[in-house]
Amino acid sequence: MAVTEAPADLIVTGLTWQSRLAALLRRYLPAILILPSGLILWELGVRLFNIQGFLLPAPSEIAQTFGESWVGLLDRGWYTFQEAWWGYLIGCGLGILIGLLVSRFATISAALMPIAIAVNAVPIIALSPLVRVWFGLGQPSKIVIVAILCFFPCLISTVRGLSVAAPAAVELMRSYATPELEVFVKLRLPSALPFIFNGLKVCTSLSMIGAVVGEFYGGLLNKSLGTFIANEASQVRFRSSWSGIIVACAFGIAFYLLVGLCERLLIPWHVSVRSQAD
Amino acid sequence: MTDTAPIVSIQNVSKLFGSASAAGQTHALSRVSLDVAPGEFVSLLGPSGCGKSTLLRLVADLIEPSDGQILIRNKSPRQARLDREYGIVFQSPVLYDWRDVLHNVELPLEVMRFPPAERDRRAREMLQLVGLKDFERHYPWQLSGGMQQRVSIARALSFKPAILLMDEPFGALDEMTRERMNAELLNIWSQTDTTVIFVTHSIAEAVFLSSRVVVMTPRPGRIEKIVTIDLPQPRNLETREQPHYFELITAVREGLREV
Amino acid sequence: MAESRTLELEAGEAEVAARRQAQGGPSLARRGLALLALLVGVALVWELTKILFSITDYNLPHVYAIPWAFIKPLSSTGQPMGVYLLWQTQYTIYEALAGFALGALAGFLLGVVFAHSALLERGCLPYVVASQTVPILAIAPMVVIWLGRGFLPIALIASYLTFFPVVINTLRGLLSVEPTALELMQSYAATRGEILWKLRVPASLPYLFTALKISSTASIIGALIAEMTGAQRGLGWNLVYFAQYYNSDPPNLWAAIVLSGLLGLLAYGGILLIERRALGWQARAG
Repeated sequence: MAVTEAPADLIVTGLTWQSRLAALLRRYLPAILILPSGLILWELGVRLFNIQGFLLPAPSEIAQTFGESWVGLLDRGWYTFQEAWWGYLIGCGLGILIGLLVSRFATISAALMPIAIAVNAVPIIALSPLVRVWFGLGQPSKIVIVAILCFFPCLISTVRGLSVAAPAAVELMRSYATPELEVFVKLRLPSALPFIFNGLKVCTSLSMIGAVVGEFYGGLLNKSLGTFIANEASQVRFRSSWSGIIVACAFGIAFYLLVGLCERLLIPWHVSVRSQAD
Repeated sequence: MTDTAPIVSIQNVSKLFGSASAAGQTHALSRVSLDVAPGEFVSLLGPSGCGKSTLLRLVADLIEPSDGQILIRNKSPRQARLDREYGIVFQSPVLYDWRDVLHNVELPLEVMRFPPAERDRRAREMLQLVGLKDFERHYPWQLSGGMQQRVSIARALSFKPAILLMDEPFGALDEMTRERMNAELLNIWSQTDTTVIFVTHSIAEAVFLSSRVVVMTPRPGRIEKIVTIDLPQPRNLETREQPHYFELITAVREGLREV
Repeated sequence: MAESRTLELEAGEAEVAARRQAQGGPSLARRGLALLALLVGVALVWELTKILFSITDYNLPHVYAIPWAFIKPLSSTGQPMGVYLLWQTQYTIYEALAGFALGALAGFLLGVVFAHSALLERGCLPYVVASQTVPILAIAPMVVIWLGRGFLPIALIASYLTFFPVVINTLRGLLSVEPTALELMQSYAATRGEILWKLRVPASLPYLFTALKISSTASIIGALIAEMTGAQRGLGWNLVYFAQYYNSDPPNLWAAIVLSGLLGLLAYGGILLIERRALGWQARAG
């Protein structure tokens, strides 16, 4: 008497491509239109009010400067991104590792969490002068800053993620008399992945910001992006400063999207990843 | 141990929750005794707070009694759990979103170290039993509530335990699905020879499914009355229309009213 | 992004609060004691590291040198360095406060706008979110040049950092109302304004406070960095100054860093306290 039920909420496919295109447009068109309109307004504003180029350059001028110097800028961007990347790896890696270890002991993690959250409130950037004293002007000093910046968010999200396994699921594992390590690997760790990825995504932006701002306060002028941006700004060469900023943005966004892609590949099953509406 | 010895024996069990201060404690269960024979289908029925879920969890060794003793196949609940004597189904299916249906059913088999080929065979067999053979590769979120619960049942039976514990498994489903699931559960039960302890707050469900209905009342949680259900097997739609069915429902309802 | 970051922290705190409630957990006294033990532990490890790795006083002053740096009198004015630093810090605090107030207000308003206009939300929100991946602080040098070296540019930078978490969390909070609660208000023929103030805003407070906790520290960070880039006074400027003159007196920089840390903690704790009082019912319902 096996009954095959028609599932009530299977993902609906089979809408016409026209209606799906229409829905897609409705969703993304406003955002797509805003960017060029914003740029056009900016351009018009600069021209109409004859704003001096050194105060607020028009997008066209920035584009021009960018076109002239983009190769050099990309080199600088890459140099700075390497600092962000290594700091990210070290900071997030350590944060997750220690998070895994610490959450094993519930009492320690309960005591540690408030402290970690509080330390996260400390302006890490205040350390950059000291880090420069210790590590000099080169890449290692920025890597250290980025690592420190990334450590706590990852620690916090890992500990949080490892605690969300549904109590019923834990009880189920108990009913199978499952050894603790296996419960960890089969249940707690997969449940924690969405939270860990949250932390990882947050840290992508932190890493780029940390590298660039760390360089404001001490970097090699001939190689790094942050020092370039600050220097050009102080020389009132805003056009090239903005070009530098655009490159920094590009790296930051690309990094974020990269991690987002990994997330899609590694946890396709999670609600936030599989639902098309975000 | 003879065939007529109870497979689960609950003896004078009490359970108190809360701190030891005078106002603090809740008497979830007070001196409850019950014997369940092998192969029986026993329902624990009662309003909220009567201790039926608590009793089930005591049998499952998920909590410990404050007083009294429970024997499962002459073992303590802890030993029974370590020996994997029972499978449990909760009200929520508790499936892993990151595993497909087949691998969800294989979960206990993995923990119990069955070899891969055996795991696969058993899981498929169970899915066939609950009527979800075509959904092995689906993921839990692609299934309706009733189907998810069926996967949960398949998982609970995959390692062929002697006892099946069910805590309001169909409580989250609508009436029609619930009645269908009841029929399916009886079908599965008749094919697997398992002892079932089933918690519910639906009188109709309890009467339809069980060989005995244990009526419990709260404050403190205790057994008020046990009604033997002598409806013939196999039970189906027609059973729900028989006069004796309604008589039994009335008998059970009266048990609930006597407080 | 800050949204997910704030959610993390909110969740982490809810977790801690829940545990505390469930276990009747560590009282304030016990936690204070634990913190003290931690500080003592850190001091011990510090000194041990110094000895083990023979680190010079230049790179790592003795732990006690730092409190001493606060107490010792400045050669120029004779007042204790601590007093001088605190005096300087007040400028940073004003800037951060102004930035915080401005950013929070702007963020809240924009959140309200987005909540009521799906079109605007769909058009602008992606950019608001995407800009969080942008090193906003990269703009700091330019803002300082534009507006000179003074109070305003620093406050503006601080407000920019405050702005984002508040927008996103306000939006989320305003929209987090249950449909049935909304329908109830509609059955009373309540105006949109009444729905906003009587239903949505109270519902959004938990989210808002989460954002404010992030924003409070972000505004401090913004003020510090802006000062480090171009100012003549304030804690950030002193950080730069002490770093420049690190050779002459290393512990000064350390003292300034400790003060920055305390400032961040103070800002965070301040919002925490306000939240506890405003949302007492939430924490208990929790």
